[in-house]
Amino acid sequence: MVERVNLNHAAGNPVDKRVLKGMLPYFQEFYGNPSSVHIAGRHATKAVANARMQIVNLVGADTKDRIVFTSGATEANNLALIGFAYRNRRKGNHIITSEVEHLSILNPLKFLVKQGFEVTQIPVDEHGVIKLEALKEAITDKTVLFSVQHANNEVGTIHPIQEIADIAGDAKIPLHVDAVASAGQVPVDISDLGASLMTLSSNDLYGPRGVGALIIRRGTSIQPILLGGGQEMGLRSGSENVSGIVGMGIAAEIAGKELEANIRHLTKLRDRLIKEVTTKMEYTYLNGHPSHRLPNNANIRFSFVEGEAITLYLSFEGFLVATSSACTSRTLEPSHVLLSMGVDEAEAHGALQLTLGRDNTETHIDHFIKALPPIIKRLREMSPLYPPS
Amino acid sequence: MYSETVKDHFQNPRNLGEMKDADAIGKTGNPTCGDLIWIYIKVKDDIITDISFKTFGCAAAIATSSMLTELAKGKTLKEALKITRKEIAESLEGLPPIKMHCSNLAADGLHKAIEEYLGKTGRTVEDL
Ligand code: FES
Repeated sequence: MVERVNLNHAAGNPVDKRVLKGMLPYFQEFYGNPSSVHIAGRHATKAVANARMQIVNLVGADTKDRIVFTSGATEANNLALIGFAYRNRRKGNHIITSEVEHLSILNPLKFLVKQGFEVTQIPVDEHGVIKLEALKEAITDKTVLFSVQHANNEVGTIHPIQEIADIAGDAKIPLHVDAVASAGQVPVDISDLGASLMTLSSNDLYGPRGVGALIIRRGTSIQPILLGGGQEMGLRSGSENVSGIVGMGIAAEIAGKELEANIRHLTKLRDRLIKEVTTKMEYTYLNGHPSHRLPNNANIRFSFVEGEAITLYLSFEGFLVATSSACTSRTLEPSHVLLSMGVDEAEAHGALQLTLGRDNTETHIDHFIKALPPIIKRLREMSPLYPPS
Repeated sequence: MYSETVKDHFQNPRNLGEMKDADAIGKTGNPTCGDLIWIYIKVKDDIITDISFKTFGCAAAIATSSMLTELAKGKTLKEALKITRKEIAESLEGLPPIKMHCSNLAADGLHKAIEEYLGKTGRTVEDL
C-alpha cells in the first residue's frame, strides 16, 4: 500500500493522543451526569467546568463569560445567529455578514430572512478580504449584529478582524466571530476584539468531532434553540457530552501551549508548498491572501483542469486533498468563496484546497511537489481548453 | 464511489487526444457543472472509422468520454446515434446518481459531431 499523506486536514483532524488519553476515563470510570447530585455527578460537573476554563484561556475570555458546549460548530453558529436574532428582535432585524462565510452561517441567515430578518452580505476583494468600506456603509439603525469569520477555511485568508471589531464597536453593534478556522492556528483574543459571541470547533483543535462551543460574553443575551432539560445554563438542553467536552478542553489547552511552535512548523511547510507548486507549473495561481493567511492553508488553482480529476489521481498515489470544483459539490455549483473573489467558473473548477496538519513533514511536501506536475500535465493534455489560444 | 471500470477508463483513457484530420468535431458543454467535451470523428461510407476526445471535467466525464469512443468506433452513424447515456453508464458498471449528468455530455458530443458531419454533405439525421 502507498503511504498516505494527509493534506486535507480541513476535512478532519486526527484526535491528539493526549486528548484521547484524557477522554478515555470519562467513558467508563467517570460516566456520571453533571445533573446528578451524587459523587459521580459532581465529578462530571467538575470536569465540564475545567473544560470551560481551558476554553476561556485559549481565547482570552473572562471567567464570567458563558461557554456553551454544543454538538459542534454548526450548532454553535446556529445558536449564535438564531438565538441572538430572536432574543434581540425588538432592537432591530438587520444582520450584516460577508459573502464568504461558512454554510453554517449562511444557511441559518437564509432561515432568518424567511422569518422577516434582513441580511446584508459584504463582498470581498480578489484576495478574499472583507471590504471594510462596504461594511461601514451597510450599517443601518436596524442593525443588531455583525457575524464575521476570523479566517476563511477554504482559501485561508485572515480578515482584518480587529478593524472589523472596531467598526462594530464604534457603531455599538455586537459582533459574532466565527473562529473555527483560526483558533489554534493564529492568536485569537475575544477580549481584545471586544466581540460578544465566538464559535469554536473541537476537531479543528485536534479534539474529538461532535463538540463545539459558543462563547457568550457578559451582557450579551441569546435565547436557546434546543429546548429540554435546561442544561448549559438553559442555553443548550441535552445531557452533556462529558467525554467530548473534556476532550475539547484538553485540545484547547494544547493548542494554546503549542501555538507558536505549530505556527512556525506549518508556515514553513506552507510557504514551501505554495512557492514550489506555483513556480514549477505555468497557469497555476494561489487563491486567497498571499501573506494574511492561515499557516495551514494553501489553496491553489490550475487552469484548464478539473479538481475532482486531480484529487482522484492524487489519491491513487496516496495523497489526500480536497477541491472546490463544482463537480464535487452536492449542488454542482462552484465554491461561493471563489466566485465572490472574482475567480471565474472554469477557473474555480481547478482549485485544490491543501490543508496541512501537525503530522505533516518536509518529506510529505517533497513527495507531493514531485507527484503533482505530471498529473496536471496529463489532465491538461486531455483538456479542450489547453493550450489556450 | 466509482466502479473499477470507471477507474480504469479514467486512468487509461481510450482514444484520447485531438484528431488533426477529423471529418467533424462535436463540441458540447455541461450546463449543470460547466464542463466541456469535444468529440472528433472520422467517417467513411457512413461508418465511424476513427474517434477521439478531449474532456475538461471530472473523472466520470473522462471515463464516459472514453467509453463512448469505444462503443461508437466501427458503428454506422445511424447505430452510433442510438448510444444512450444509460448504455454508457451500464458499460462502465454504473455511475453514482449525482454523476449521471456527465454521461449526457459524451453522448451529446457524439450527436453534435455526427450532425456536423452530415451538415457538410447537406444531410440531416433524418436522411440516415
Ligand atoms: S463533469 Fe462535472 S460532475 Fe462530471
